[in-house]
Amino acid sequence: MNFFKALRNKEIKHGTREALYGYSFVMIWIIGFSIFTLAPLVETFFYSINQVTVTATGITLDPVRWANYSRALFTDPTFVELLITYVIKTLVSVPIVLIFSMIIAMFLNLKFRFKGIFRTIFFLPVVITSGPVIQELTSQGATSVPGIANSAVIAEFLTQLPRYLRNPVEYLLTSFILILWFSGVQILIYLSSLQKIDKSVYEAAAIDGASAWESFWKITLPSLSTTTLINAIYTIITLSHFSENEVIKYIYSQTYAVQGGIGYSSAMSFLYFFVLVLLLGIVYLGLNPRSQKKFD
Amino acid sequence: MERFYQEHLKSFLFGNRTDYGLVFKIALYLLLIAIGFVYLYPLLFMFITSMKSPSDLLNPMVQWVPSEFYAGNYEKAFRVLDYPNTLLSSVLISLIPSLIQAVVCSLVGYGLARFKFWGKNILFILILATFIIPAQNTVIPQMLTYRNYGLLGNIWSLILPALVGQGFKSAIFILIFYQTFMSLPKVLEEAARLDGATNMQIFVRIALPTAIPAFIISIIFSTVWYWNETYLTVIFLEGGIQTLPMQLSKFVQAYENLYPPGTVNIFDRLNEAVKLSGTFLNILPLLLLYFVFQKWFVESIERTGITGE
Repeated sequence: MNFFKALRNKEIKHGTREALYGYSFVMIWIIGFSIFTLAPLVETFFYSINQVTVTATGITLDPVRWANYSRALFTDPTFVELLITYVIKTLVSVPIVLIFSMIIAMFLNLKFRFKGIFRTIFFLPVVITSGPVIQELTSQGATSVPGIANSAVIAEFLTQLPRYLRNPVEYLLTSFILILWFSGVQILIYLSSLQKIDKSVYEAAAIDGASAWESFWKITLPSLSTTTLINAIYTIITLSHFSENEVIKYIYSQTYAVQGGIGYSSAMSFLYFFVLVLLLGIVYLGLNPRSQKKFD
Repeated sequence: MERFYQEHLKSFLFGNRTDYGLVFKIALYLLLIAIGFVYLYPLLFMFITSMKSPSDLLNPMVQWVPSEFYAGNYEKAFRVLDYPNTLLSSVLISLIPSLIQAVVCSLVGYGLARFKFWGKNILFILILATFIIPAQNTVIPQMLTYRNYGLLGNIWSLILPALVGQGFKSAIFILIFYQTFMSLPKVLEEAARLDGATNMQIFVRIALPTAIPAFIISIIFSTVWYWNETYLTVIFLEGGIQTLPMQLSKFVQAYENLYPPGTVNIFDRLNEAVKLSGTFLNILPLLLLYFVFQKWFVESIERTGITGE
């Protein structure tokens, strides 16, 4: 009680008081984080190093150490294959989303009539991309580029490619629209950071005789480097959390499997999380403007 | 004189300092229309196929223009989806957690933006971590806990995490509010503090009214994201509440319950037109929402200044 009295009478140092006020605002989040994120995360990890059996009253745990992990990595052929496909698909999709959203954002940054209509179209997918909707559209063949994916020329072309290239290219052709549909938010982020570039820099460059091509490489692209990093991370996370992701579907299906069940799927969740973090780390090191300067 | 016309023509075609020129404009519109078509292709395909009668579907001549106006697919999809009920539960499970989430995230964002305290950087890292951690790494213990308390299949299983800032994509909304409050001048709040207002009064009376755009953006985005979320809703709500996307993913099964395969004639069998009608009914509310709040969606990031500096 004394403490609150002191607080009210301003007997506590200003800095401490401010910190206490700050904690009082964020406390709700810290509590929530402990209950709904940290505790379940730790518990999932415990499941992953145990054999979990679901009974009528609750669950029983039998410690198996790393058996679930080694089963996922070395015994289960499906999981590793799905994981590799996921990495390839993500690495194919991210550059396409980035380049595409950058181009669209630069178009939308120009002045022309009916800009609003085009902006509405390009942002529409953000609203409607849910798992079941995408699944329906894909199964009806509505997400491939019209007339390209089915033509005989393309099929012939695909068979000519080396094996390691065939899957990514085929994925690209059959799901091109789907990949584009994931670039809505990224277009907005690019657009807002394009609008922040000072126009006078372009004018100065033009006076010095720089062409539009040169000012793109020398002014626009360097100004967008941080934004590109943010967009890359956002894209990877969105693709990895999407409920139609094959790895997620597999993990989900294994949760209710007789063999392994919760313990095994928890181990796979952690492996998947680890791969995701690894992907983010690679992209971060590759795109971070500060880490690039070291190489110059 | 001739030279003048040449110059004039040249600037008309290729532009000058104030205008892009005709050639560039035509190229720009052609490109944008082409990309726009690619974007809209799945939607057009879906809409047109959903209007086709069974005989149109079998007729290879009918590609883009159905031969008659046919609403039968929609009647069936409407019944299969149990539309009024699933629509209502979809609205509820997306709107209620979104409203709660926006309020909580604004509190947290305000705390981060206005007060200095130890551990703020750690807090930011943890907030980003909640954005990265995949749902399947935390969902099973949550589900088991909910089961123990009988909250499975209950809207509370979505409200409770939202209530403490752990809702769906909460991290993004916290950052939106953080940016919003950071960009507000502190002067008004300091004046109010001198007049003896408490922190909560300052937050509610002064900070909140200026953050109304951030509130609108957060609520509409998180409504859309909750609506489209199926991983969590299937695990938490299955057996209790049936949302539109959940019902859509069980479309075939639900159809065969209503129209058993052996007993109906060939025209009433499940075909892609009926499925796509269901898909269209599924996104129709979102499309309406989008066209009403269009400005808020496309200007959201400019308004809140999120580019992550």
